[in-house]
Amino acid sequence: MNRSFAAEILDILAQDSRTSAAIIAQMLNSTEEAVLAEIARMEKENILLRYTTIVNEELTEDKETIHALIEVKVTPQYLQGYDAIADMISRYPEVRACYLMSGAYDFMVLVDGPTLRDVSRFVTEKLSVLNGVTSTGTHFVLKKYKDNHVVMPKGSDDRRQVITP
Amino acid sequence: MNYDRILNPAVTSMPPSGIRKFFDIAAEMEDCISLGVGEPDFVTPWDIREAAIKSLKDGMTCYTGNAGLPELRDLICRYYKERFGVFYTRAECLVTVGASEAIDLAMRALVSPGDEVLIPAPSYVSYMPCVTLAGGVPVAVPTTSANGFKMTAEAVKPLITPRTKAIILTYPNNPTGGIMTREDLLALSKAFEGTDIIVVTDEIYAELTYSGTHASFGALPGMWDRTVTISGFSKAFAMTGWRLGYALAPEPILDQMLKIHQFTMLCAPIMAQYAGIEALKNGFDTNFEEVRKMRREYNRRRNYLVRQFNSMGLTCFEPFGAFYVFPCIRSTGLTSEEFCNELLYGKRVAVVPGGAFGDTGEGFIRCSYAYSMDHLIEACRRISEFIAERHAKSEDYVHVI
Repeated sequence: MNRSFAAEILDILAQDSRTSAAIIAQMLNSTEEAVLAEIARMEKENILLRYTTIVNEELTEDKETIHALIEVKVTPQYLQGYDAIADMISRYPEVRACYLMSGAYDFMVLVDGPTLRDVSRFVTEKLSVLNGVTSTGTHFVLKKYKDNHVVMPKGSDDRRQVITP
Repeated sequence: MNYDRILNPAVTSMPPSGIRKFFDIAAEMEDCISLGVGEPDFVTPWDIREAAIKSLKDGMTCYTGNAGLPELRDLICRYYKERFGVFYTRAECLVTVGASEAIDLAMRALVSPGDEVLIPAPSYVSYMPCVTLAGGVPVAVPTTSANGFKMTAEAVKPLITPRTKAIILTYPNNPTGGIMTREDLLALSKAFEGTDIIVVTDEIYAELTYSGTHASFGALPGMWDRTVTISGFSKAFAMTGWRLGYALAPEPILDQMLKIHQFTMLCAPIMAQYAGIEALKNGFDTNFEEVRKMRREYNRRRNYLVRQFNSMGLTCFEPFGAFYVFPCIRSTGLTSEEFCNELLYGKRVAVVPGGAFGDTGEGFIRCSYAYSMDHLIEACRRISEFIAERHAKSEDYVHVI
């Protein structure tokens, strides 16, 4: 099975976005120039949007962020379907992610806020009053056990002997 | 009590594994980075672990039939047929406690006192002791980096005597990472024409082949009758600790192996067998996606490590199998054991001296890439520092003279 050069690079960056082009080149039997060019292309074409982090918030010294998953039901709009409402929702900085869903509701909206009250206020004062939104259901995240394939807390999990035949 | 007089000289005269000695030092050392492990860094996929847990919950804590669960044996046969094109029936399949047990069984079933068994050198540390314990005489077939550590008919033929009972094929190879293609195997098989030599092929690393698909010896025309195929779940499914392997062979051979197995092991652990059923079932359902993922990951690390060693001046032939690279360290002027000791004490990196895998491994070190990239990058940084410092020292030395 041959995967494209781009898919290989994306796969490596998804595991560690700090992997340098030089290392990626060695992993893929390529050259640093070729990797840099491919990454630049993907950035330019908005395939690669941002390099980010996965943080264990329970261990940070600053106050934790509150996360909520909000189910949103809407009435799709004439000629624009779901896109116009989705666009409005997505523009709020509080909204971390917004997905159109199959099933009992239309959008899954992930919202971050400094306190419970901030998130509640966002839902009641901004989200639920949007034109076309018919109902919301808010679920607060109590604890993160796994995020983006990383099980928390992540310690050394190599249980192997130092040397084996 | 004079134990020396009591203990079996065949065992007491056997040198302990060269790896063990090294392990004891490295295990005690703090901040030591190891490239010495011969097992995957992946944990057994969750659905496989879950199947074992379920078997426990269901009270599956009994013996199974000596040869293993029929369902598992059928799946193993299907796996070998579909993946490698070798045909076996349930009666020709024996589930063992790791591939290691299967090797021991094969030797004990085949070898009479004084029989010779050809073994590629360098290779995995267990073959020679297994032959010796079975009363046989291990005969090393030297392989070299020049031809990718393959066994050739030219190297094998002169070593064949009337006492040659069997040959152990072990590709993809631990420690070299060498593989043998179908053409290589065909050429080698010519050496067995007109003989009754049995080929015991240990294919535990078969799924970890990075160039084409693994070629199985039993699939060659006319070779099935003389082939004992051995493999297991450890490497392909990251299941080393489960101790689950198998042997596939013509019934007359397998029946004898089964007898030894039934009197010594009884059966492989039942939970491991249920886990093995899940590994293969799920594998067929997903076209072995998990295995492919692991292989892809290993392949990237392999590329990285081969390049790194070559750029350090430790020439490294490209290994197309297993998860080892086997760079040559002769340019440092050290023996492989000296190299490993100095690297361990100087830079706290543990690698395995090639000499531990037989005399022809001397001048090489075995480095495993069953580690995360971060780990490999740090190890390479330390090794290249070590090489650079050695070069600097030897230049000083020249100046003094």
